[in-house]
Amino acid sequence: MPPPAAPSHAGVRLHIVTGKGGTGKTTVAAALALALTRQGKRVLLAEVEERQGISQTFDVPPIGHDETRIVHERGGGELYAMSVDVRESLMEYLQKFYRLGRAGTVLEKVGAVDFATTIAPGLRDVLLIGKVYEAAGRRQGGRHKDRPVYDAVVLDAPPTGRVVRFLNVNAEVADVAKVGPIRTQADSITRMLRSHTTAVHVVSLLEEMPVQETVDALTELRAASLPLGAIVINQVHEPLLEEAELKAAASDPAAAGTAVTADLKSASVRTSAAMVAGLLEQAREHAERVALQQEQEAILLAQGRQVFRLPLLPEGTDAGGIRVLADALTDQGMI
Amino acid sequence: MPAKPKASADPADATHLDLDALLHDRRTRIIVCCGAGGVGKTTVAAALGLRGAEFGRRVVVLTIDPARRLAQSLGLTELDNTPRPVAGFDSEAGGSLDAMMLDMKRTFDEVVEAHATPEKAAQILANPFYQAVSSSFAGTQEYMAMEKLGQLRTRAAEEDSWDLIVVDTPPSRSALDFLDAPKRLGSFLDGRFIRLLMAPAKAGGRAYLKMFSSGVTMATTVMSKILGGQVLQDVQTFVAALDTMFGGFRERADKTYALLKNPETAFVVVAAPERDALREASFFVDRLDEERMPLAGVVINRIQRLAAPTLSGSRALAAAEQLAEVGDGSESAPLTEGLLRLHANLAETAERQEALARRFTAGHPGIPVVEVPAAAQDIHDLEGLREVGQALTAP
Repeated sequence: MPPPAAPSHAGVRLHIVTGKGGTGKTTVAAALALALTRQGKRVLLAEVEERQGISQTFDVPPIGHDETRIVHERGGGELYAMSVDVRESLMEYLQKFYRLGRAGTVLEKVGAVDFATTIAPGLRDVLLIGKVYEAAGRRQGGRHKDRPVYDAVVLDAPPTGRVVRFLNVNAEVADVAKVGPIRTQADSITRMLRSHTTAVHVVSLLEEMPVQETVDALTELRAASLPLGAIVINQVHEPLLEEAELKAAASDPAAAGTAVTADLKSASVRTSAAMVAGLLEQAREHAERVALQQEQEAILLAQGRQVFRLPLLPEGTDAGGIRVLADALTDQGMI
Repeated sequence: MPAKPKASADPADATHLDLDALLHDRRTRIIVCCGAGGVGKTTVAAALGLRGAEFGRRVVVLTIDPARRLAQSLGLTELDNTPRPVAGFDSEAGGSLDAMMLDMKRTFDEVVEAHATPEKAAQILANPFYQAVSSSFAGTQEYMAMEKLGQLRTRAAEEDSWDLIVVDTPPSRSALDFLDAPKRLGSFLDGRFIRLLMAPAKAGGRAYLKMFSSGVTMATTVMSKILGGQVLQDVQTFVAALDTMFGGFRERADKTYALLKNPETAFVVVAAPERDALREASFFVDRLDEERMPLAGVVINRIQRLAAPTLSGSRALAAAEQLAEVGDGSESAPLTEGLLRLHANLAETAERQEALARRFTAGHPGIPVVEVPAAAQDIHDLEGLREVGQALTAP
């Protein structure tokens, strides 16, 4: 059994965020990182699929392999971002473990770097997550030598379909390396990933496919002994109408139409029969959507994980929207 | 390009994507649905397939990773890599509808078996390295989707069975992976390092080897240090066994790529009215254009539509606030206020999506586009797919 996540995620230093494609996992990872930053922490937000999702979300220039500060809060919090590059990670790795300055270049020249990173998918993942592991464990040195450089690291991980394979580095390298330094590296990464300082959060929408994938991902993560974090429901349509009102409107649409028309007139809105019918039709669709959401939400609630909800922002999630979502996560006590 | 849908008669509406014309045009033999993850590619592919079949086309839909209930609605209860007839569609027009789910590993195995002697094939299939490549190489899924498409096309011609193949592309990191993966796999297998590893076995490789020999020795030493000697040995055996097939792989990848460029193919790019999905769509459209691939157009899926379009969002919000202020209004005032707030909310979403869609069309003048309204319910039966098909082709 994996260690159960603490009620709040205060003790967690590595937050891994996954979710089905299109659920907004990059947005949620960004919001979580920003929420931590606003607590005055020094935070690193990392992406590993070279999608430049962070740069687009925060509307900052493209981010590379070097950690770059993208947000500085007045309260002292700092948010750094990086887009992990697999070749550079390999070079760093070679340098660190083998002191292979020149060999690295030679490897590159004969195409061995390409070879190693494309052919052995496990190796690729070990290098990517290895870089995140390195950053999460890095110490300041000097007077504060035991203090970590980052108070928290948030990883915008691959989508649910690939995430378990990505995080299950041990199993991955088992195919390619049974002994040796890669093995050792994989073992220490796995130790960190399975510890209580890590949490894997799954982002979902209240729609059938994402919910199904969330349930499947939780099962797979559990089977791989990875520490589950929270379920974050993104883009929740807040019910804007009371159920009783909707029922009344549905039971006698003609009467509801007349009453609504009168109300609209009292607010000096120019009405037409088509417009009032349209408003009631929208309410019916909204009710349908809300009912469907409730059905799907019940499935997520039954998973026994903490659930956090982020509203659908009609204005979209630009840099300002991320702040709204970050505050929502803080207010709900996720971190 | 004959497969390109005809521009609609109204010149002001010249960039409307007419998918019915595309489905009716018998010269359209392949429709490839591509786009970012989560935009509804699979649903669009299935809906187009169903609609085509009900027009009388003989259709096979190749899906990669359908949602469970959608798969069930198509009768895809098992992943057996073979097209199966779909029950429950309307065959009155003389059409047929088959569907299949891609089994990537199995397709790869079949390629190996088709191109090597049984003895050699067995050797390759047992190689641990092959197993890693065939089940998890980044791009294998895309490559195998292409391979399967090629197979279906050949079979369709030989048996005179299907006259329309609808393909759903894999949920890649990037939509472009679908176009790049086959080349990547090809160039990997033809790669310099592999060649160098194999060089000692080849007379012709000697001079080359000599030139690079110190570098290669160093590289191999480092690689065995990192990965362990066994891995390199596995790689060498694997590559040696595959050697005779290299040409085959290349050739097949090139052939399928050529097929995709053929005017009998039509690419339909699917996007959601969100920034990221439209950006992906943008990349894809530009890329298809650059490569002179037959792009039919873009589907902007799940657009928010208003049932009361005459009322502006800001007016609705102002009225809602006015009703709330009055307080002791009529009994129905809370309902009316709710209706107005909901409308304001929907209008804001619709406006943002419209702006994104407009920006997309402005950036890609002349690319046919069709906007599809969001359905209130998830799709999981043929009736639902039929409705999506209607929405896709509404004038």
